[in-house]
Amino acid sequence: MIDNRIDYYPTHEHEGIKFRRGHTLPFGATMVANGVNFSVYSSSATSCTLVLFDRGADQPFAEIPFPDEFRIGNVYSMIVFELDYERLEYGYRMDGPFNPAAGHRFNSSVILSDPYAKVISGRDTWLAKPNWDNVYPYRSRLAFEDFDWEHDHPLETPVEDLVIYEMHVRGFTQHPSSKVKNPGTFSAIRAKIPYLKELGINCIELLPIYEFDEWENSRQSPTTGETLVNYWGYSTVNFFSPKAGYAATGKFGMQVDELKTLIKELHKNGIEVMLDVVFNHTAEGDHRGPTISFRGIDNKTYYMLTPEGYYFNFSGTGNTLNCNNPVVRNMVLDCLRYWASEYHIDGFRFDLAAILGRAQDGSPLSNPPLLESLAYDPILAKCKLVAEAWDAGGLYQVGSFPAYGRWAEWNGKYRDNVRKFLKSDPGEVGGMIQRIMGSPDLYHQRGPTASINFITCHDGFSLYDLFAYNEKHNEANGENNNDGANDNNSWNCGWEGETDDPKINFLRHKQIKNALAILMVSQGIPMVLMGDEVGRTQKGNNNTYCQDNELNWFDWSQLDTNADLYNFARNMINFRRQHPVLRSPTHFQYWDSVGSGYPDISFHGTKAWNCDRSPSSRSFAFLLCGDHAKQGIVKDSMVYVAMNMYWNGLHFELPALPPEKKWYLFANTDMPSPADICENGKESLLDNQHEFLVGARSVVVLIGK
Amino acid sequence: MNVTSSTVEGITVIEASGSIDSKTASEFERNAIAAIQGKSAAIINLSNVDFLSSAGLRVLLMIYRQIKAQNGKVVLVGTSEEILDIMANTGFLSFFITAETLEEGINTLKAA
Repeated sequence: MIDNRIDYYPTHEHEGIKFRRGHTLPFGATMVANGVNFSVYSSSATSCTLVLFDRGADQPFAEIPFPDEFRIGNVYSMIVFELDYERLEYGYRMDGPFNPAAGHRFNSSVILSDPYAKVISGRDTWLAKPNWDNVYPYRSRLAFEDFDWEHDHPLETPVEDLVIYEMHVRGFTQHPSSKVKNPGTFSAIRAKIPYLKELGINCIELLPIYEFDEWENSRQSPTTGETLVNYWGYSTVNFFSPKAGYAATGKFGMQVDELKTLIKELHKNGIEVMLDVVFNHTAEGDHRGPTISFRGIDNKTYYMLTPEGYYFNFSGTGNTLNCNNPVVRNMVLDCLRYWASEYHIDGFRFDLAAILGRAQDGSPLSNPPLLESLAYDPILAKCKLVAEAWDAGGLYQVGSFPAYGRWAEWNGKYRDNVRKFLKSDPGEVGGMIQRIMGSPDLYHQRGPTASINFITCHDGFSLYDLFAYNEKHNEANGENNNDGANDNNSWNCGWEGETDDPKINFLRHKQIKNALAILMVSQGIPMVLMGDEVGRTQKGNNNTYCQDNELNWFDWSQLDTNADLYNFARNMINFRRQHPVLRSPTHFQYWDSVGSGYPDISFHGTKAWNCDRSPSSRSFAFLLCGDHAKQGIVKDSMVYVAMNMYWNGLHFELPALPPEKKWYLFANTDMPSPADICENGKESLLDNQHEFLVGARSVVVLIGK
Repeated sequence: MNVTSSTVEGITVIEASGSIDSKTASEFERNAIAAIQGKSAAIINLSNVDFLSSAGLRVLLMIYRQIKAQNGKVVLVGTSEEILDIMANTGFLSFFITAETLEEGINTLKAA
């Protein structure tokens, strides 16, 4: 064992601080024997100074200019000795030209965060009032990277078997009804794992957990007077650091251990963790925004700039990360590798991912190097990669996102088709048939696993509101209801907002059940929005990015008040988990490749084997033959689903089963709870084996066994 | 911070007091690791410890790993509510048995 090396000892001294030449790689601050290795890149800085603080101190205890001999290429590195790993906060000053037209915005009076910092302090407790005069508000810190994972390993669940639950760390348990010890934190999610397991999901997708500043753009709501904040967190301060304010132990700087402990425990329970990652822009905004890190370290490397030196705004938030610049591309890659290896993250969902396929001048690339690098990366090889395949600059790539056989997409067409079908729009049956099959019209080559199916997500109406509001009601956001999408494809079932009318309320619940049933019987990967399983409402607000209150918080008392919804959602999700025929890794072929006497999938209507796809049709049925499950490798029951979005009930003739099998009823959304669904395995034998009356706006699920 | 060790009914008991943080963790580690050499059980009495930082938690885990290598167990005694909460949130607690009193800790180890 080497316990002594020359580089364990200093060669230089500045104001009593001992240091020596450092190692250029890795970038960031790395604990080494006796000290810390600092390394930072800037293409155009003329000099760089390392600034060192004791935790929370107003002023630095040392500023050490990098001697020019320590610079190799454009990388400044040094090892500083005898630092307190735990209390150290560090940053940089970069000197260089301020010449926006040439892309440079250096300002050596600003202390800058390290783009490769692994922990950021400054917003350690959610919404704790910051010191607005802090000379260095977002401070880089060191992380211990010695977590004891024991036997944990990313789960590598086959992608077609996933049921994703999109959730917000704080919103999940912040409501007092959650009755957890540390509401709104990673730790509290851990306390609720039994709930997630019972619900049946096997992957949580967390809204951004990279460090962001909830105070960004904070203001008063004109309608409620409440403080509006950056609640969703789509505004990254640092890509490598978990949000301290989401950790119960953030005030002690222990968020890294807390998050890893959550992930380890989720994995023990068979639940994967996917992160919603925002690589399209940063929290620095446009030329009027704050200088936190990237702008001051190397503006023209990190941002897409117009020829005049202003910021391209493909993200709709002020700036655009220059992610096909080779240096930035490497940072994104380093970042994802870090999260995959250091945090055992199972997958990533890329916000506004179409931006990642744009060239440095903003034009779309046919073969984007970043997307290709991610797809072929050895460390990310088993990670799920999911694209939000559009951006705010008008690039819409659903079905055409450069996939390299790896990328899946949020299927926006699935959402739109299903919403229109549910509100009885004509002309949707043809599209629905594609959506049910995993959208082969969009993903013919890529298979159903390219399709993340969703009806609702954080952005837009909740599922309850989809059937309670025709129009958005975003007044509380303080933008005169001008923010948020207008094409919601929602239907209020006869009354805008809350009502006592039992018929309307029954219909709303039925529509929620219809939606959940359709989502769970579609090929592809279903994603459920947190709270939709209990009818969570945002009171018609379809853009709750700034609302840190009950509009966004999961109200656990709804488990009782909307017990019928929860019961239906739980059983429906578990039905999908129990029936492999619903989770084909490849597209169905419309024919019988296993000799069962039935094609893998067939479409029906009021007459068996006869599906009305005409524009006026609002109903159809399909039959999955269980012998074809997972390409014929496993055996399953026959599954028959009838969907009638017509406003009258319709008799559906049932396709004949093989003589040894009978039809059993699993779910019928037209029935009041608890007759609407049953526990898996408790399906009831149908008296009439030839025909089923499917009620108005109802979904019926049968199994043949 | 102060560390002492003793043997009670054949079991090594390490007692610390004050704050175990980056400034004091190495001293705690040195004393504790010396005291448990070759031992297959240990009690760490934290009754008089008011704060454990990340560095302090890591020393506890090192003690656990050494004892675990001998197929043994580590009991924490008298841990404050706040430290227990931090240890639970950061996952460190799952490696240890906890007891309220030294006597209870000794009985637990003897029964194991």
